[in-house]
Amino acid sequence: MREKYFDIKEGLVTGFPIVIGYVPIAMAFGILAKATGITMMDSFLFSALVYAGASQFMALNLLNAGVGIGEIIVATLLMNFRHFLMSASLSTKMRNREKKWIPLIAFGVTDETFSVASFKKQMIDKEFILPLQAVAYFSWIGGTFLGYIVGEILPSDIKSSMGIALYAMFVAILIPEAKKSSRVALLAGLSGMMNFLLNYFKVLPQGWTLVLVIIIVAAFGAFVFDREEVKTIE
Amino acid sequence: MTYIPRLFPFVVVYREKMPARLSKFLQFIPCAALGALIIPGVFSSIPEMPQAAIFGIGFAFIYAWYKGGIIVPVLGSILVAYGVLLVN
Repeated sequence: MREKYFDIKEGLVTGFPIVIGYVPIAMAFGILAKATGITMMDSFLFSALVYAGASQFMALNLLNAGVGIGEIIVATLLMNFRHFLMSASLSTKMRNREKKWIPLIAFGVTDETFSVASFKKQMIDKEFILPLQAVAYFSWIGGTFLGYIVGEILPSDIKSSMGIALYAMFVAILIPEAKKSSRVALLAGLSGMMNFLLNYFKVLPQGWTLVLVIIIVAAFGAFVFDREEVKTIE
Repeated sequence: MTYIPRLFPFVVVYREKMPARLSKFLQFIPCAALGALIIPGVFSSIPEMPQAAIFGIGFAFIYAWYKGGIIVPVLGSILVAYGVLLVN
């Protein structure tokens, strides 16, 4: 019981940086949604049901441009295909897979909750990941409302500087691991470089670049480091 | 449409019955994803002044390297970025 309590607390605390990152983005979405002319209820449903930053902005743009619903749905699916990889990876790190919680945990997978949870030292259980995801989720919805209702309350310099928050969180997650293991450093560096180049030359449609980079780099790691390990054992 | 990719793997992937290489592949996904989540997005995270983003993320990098933690790098990077925005 005590252990569970600590897990819950840890989940809530580690969710805090995500809140700092999500609220300004969600507010920006709320503001843009209002400007696009959709109702508050629809904006809320967007954030509550779609719950995916870039996709929601894209959907607003496409709605604005008069693109059909079918096309928006397909584009959204493609854009979020990376979560397929993330969920697959995360599900190998779960302890006590309790069937009834899986649909909820799966719903809460985002780039950020995935990154935080994946680099947790121990196996993950629902007492940790559900509070983490809940904090992220409600800050996203809360931010959407806030943006829709009150608009720009944050001074623009503060809002802009908060744009760095999620990247700083990713860096803070990555650095200690990269320090310990040259593999992590190599793979993360490689994926950053590949993603930079693919984005720079706009080789693939939006959403696919990240998927491709993750697959190539993780596969590279699985093959190269597999052999290395065999060698060291011999 | 955002839910299907998140849910499907949880239902399908079971660690017990998986080839070693596939499980390695899945284990490398977090660091493969993290690098690409940071770069190049971070450079445009403060569109009106990329220098602010660079200084901010530089602080997060250095602090995380020497001291670790998440909250200080995150709040610190915001402050540094804010400072750079104010000065310019």
